[in-house]
Amino acid sequence: MSSLALRESAPAADTTPGAAQGFPRRRRTALVPTVTLLLGAVYCLLPVAWVVIASTKSGSELFSTFTFLPGSGFTENLSDLNAYRDGVYWQWMGNSALYAVAGALLSAAVSACAGYALAVYRFRGREAMFNVLLAGVLMPPVILAVPQYLLLAQAGLTDSYLSVLLPQILSPYGVYLARVYAAAAVPADVVEAGRMDGASEWRIFTRIALPMMVPGLVTVFLFQFVAIWNNFLLPYIMLSDDEKFPITLGLYTLLEQGANTPALYTLVVTGAFLAVFPLVALFLVVQRFWSLDLLSGAVKS
Amino acid sequence: MPHTKHRRLVATAVAVTLGATALAACGSEDDEARSGPVSLTYWTWAPGMDKVVDLWNKGPGKKERISVTVKKQASGDTLVTKILTAHKAGEAPDLVQAEYQALPTLVSNDALADISGEVGDAKAAFTEGVWQQTTLGTDAVYAVPQDIGPMMFYYRADLFEKYGLDVPATWDEFAETARALKKKAPEVDLTTFSANDSGLFAGLAQQAGAKWWTTEGEKWKVGIDDAATRKVAEFWGGLVKEGAIDNQPMYTPAWNKALNTGKQIAWVSAVWAPGTLTTAAPDTAGKWAMAPLPQWSGGENVTGSWGGSSTGVTTDSDDKEAAAKFAAWLNTDAEALNALAEESGVYPAATAAQTSGAFAEPPEYFSHQKDFWSKAAEVAATTAPSAWGPNVNVAYTAFKDAFGAAAKNKSDFTAALAAMQDATVADLEKQGFEVAR
Repeated sequence: MSSLALRESAPAADTTPGAAQGFPRRRRTALVPTVTLLLGAVYCLLPVAWVVIASTKSGSELFSTFTFLPGSGFTENLSDLNAYRDGVYWQWMGNSALYAVAGALLSAAVSACAGYALAVYRFRGREAMFNVLLAGVLMPPVILAVPQYLLLAQAGLTDSYLSVLLPQILSPYGVYLARVYAAAAVPADVVEAGRMDGASEWRIFTRIALPMMVPGLVTVFLFQFVAIWNNFLLPYIMLSDDEKFPITLGLYTLLEQGANTPALYTLVVTGAFLAVFPLVALFLVVQRFWSLDLLSGAVKS
Repeated sequence: MPHTKHRRLVATAVAVTLGATALAACGSEDDEARSGPVSLTYWTWAPGMDKVVDLWNKGPGKKERISVTVKKQASGDTLVTKILTAHKAGEAPDLVQAEYQALPTLVSNDALADISGEVGDAKAAFTEGVWQQTTLGTDAVYAVPQDIGPMMFYYRADLFEKYGLDVPATWDEFAETARALKKKAPEVDLTTFSANDSGLFAGLAQQAGAKWWTTEGEKWKVGIDDAATRKVAEFWGGLVKEGAIDNQPMYTPAWNKALNTGKQIAWVSAVWAPGTLTTAAPDTAGKWAMAPLPQWSGGENVTGSWGGSSTGVTTDSDDKEAAAKFAAWLNTDAEALNALAEESGVYPAATAAQTSGAFAEPPEYFSHQKDFWSKAAEVAATTAPSAWGPNVNVAYTAFKDAFGAAAKNKSDFTAALAAMQDATVADLEKQGFEVAR
């Protein structure tokens, strides 16, 4: 992580060697933007650096040694975390992955269908539906958690994997994004041409429109993935069995153990550190699709 | 308070806060004799509780054909919200762990069942003051006490000797000790006044004789701004203002460091302090000692409580009798209590368990103070009665806001107390309770 940070911020510090190859002459560094960006980077990366360093400290070092002095307890912390209640941490990690991957995939699929339909078809109530959706974008999902719980309780689905997955599949923001993207990326002429050639609507959607929408859907997937990975309140209310907890909830139970037992800070810090990796890996992998997105936009306009 | 009046009070509260749905939900109690095996779920935050429950499932539970499943939760106010949400859907677990100050909230929302019929015999195992918290002063019993947090005074024995200080027996001596220390070592503080855990202040007020929530007929009476609490607030506010003690919040890395390096040499805390000190000040193990809390006047011997919880049976449980049986076993059976102490680090509410088994040896951090647990048991017996109401969480939040600011600015603590009183009364009225002025 720290090496990542270095690699990203180092080029910005001087006149970037990469850019020097692209441009014929060395340009002077713009001081104000560089300093501003550096400050921003420090602001964002300092807490990450803290987690990285704190995870290497043993329990007695955590609060007593200098904040940014690496400690000696990383392997011990790892094995403690691994041993805590027979490795329940990895169960939480697996649960988080399940919720986030399945939820984000399904959410992207639903957003694709709904967004495409809203963008391409003209039907009565389309605008009204879209406006309701926009209102949904403005509504923080947090306030829906309790009503959703009561609803799922009626269906007898609480304290199950489905209870966390289902409410997160429909994302108003995802549908909104998919519609805007479909309207821009799928030309009406192409859809019309498909119809002329006798393709069914479903075939036009899956074979022609969907590939064009991929960069937008990647964005939806990514947003939903991060949102679900970081979600706290919904699983907190829905789940009572800690074997089904995602990582956020699991770490919270380590912190709030009641007054009799002190919080397991070292485990929580190490656990939080490890929990960042899947997100970083995801962003590194998906970055390619994102730059594709930017490129295609640049070529078109 | 007469039984009927309280029931009516509760019923009114329920009708107002939840409407008819809750009443309909709890109308479906089935008291049929049980034929098959029963399985119960138990929400608790105590670590290692699954191992304690295993003892039940393999022993008495097997005989009675009652099996219990632990679902581990995070402690705190959010759990109360979660229980109430689940209760609205009729899906609350059979058994819940609840802090004493949360019981009135749970009872006024009709989430906890009256189990006086099943656990009445357990009363003898506890002191009057502890048991009274689970009855809310009625004939009903809403929970079985599990652990308690009697308050004590912890100090660095070595540094007290170095600075030539005596362990204060009264709060006046406590103030003098703080001032004397400031003179001898200006950079060292006796302790800090922290506003980030309301339980501490509530316990100190309780020791002074405050009763924050009482009932008057069918009305709640809020006594947060009463004479006893004002005395406590003025005392600590005065010490902060003159700079005799620190005003930094506790549980922060800075606080840990202050304890670990001897910049703060005492802590007003409760029986669970050894665990906290182990992580906060690891380098000073063996240097601390425990004494009873300073008193307000010479001959007195009372303490407050900070923390502690109980096991309650919810109104949603299909088999309250079985659940109550388990709750009584968990908190009164010698084997169970010993396991609770060893696996979960619980300081038991049951008096017999406070000096037996797991409490024969002092905690590791206090290994030199051989009589740690017998002294703790003596202190626990002097716990003043407490008086909780249905919106403790609101009062606690108001405390953190008002006193946090007052401690930081070294301003008037009594004004903060008045703000806390007003916020609590306003919230009670907003919730539809009648409040006596």
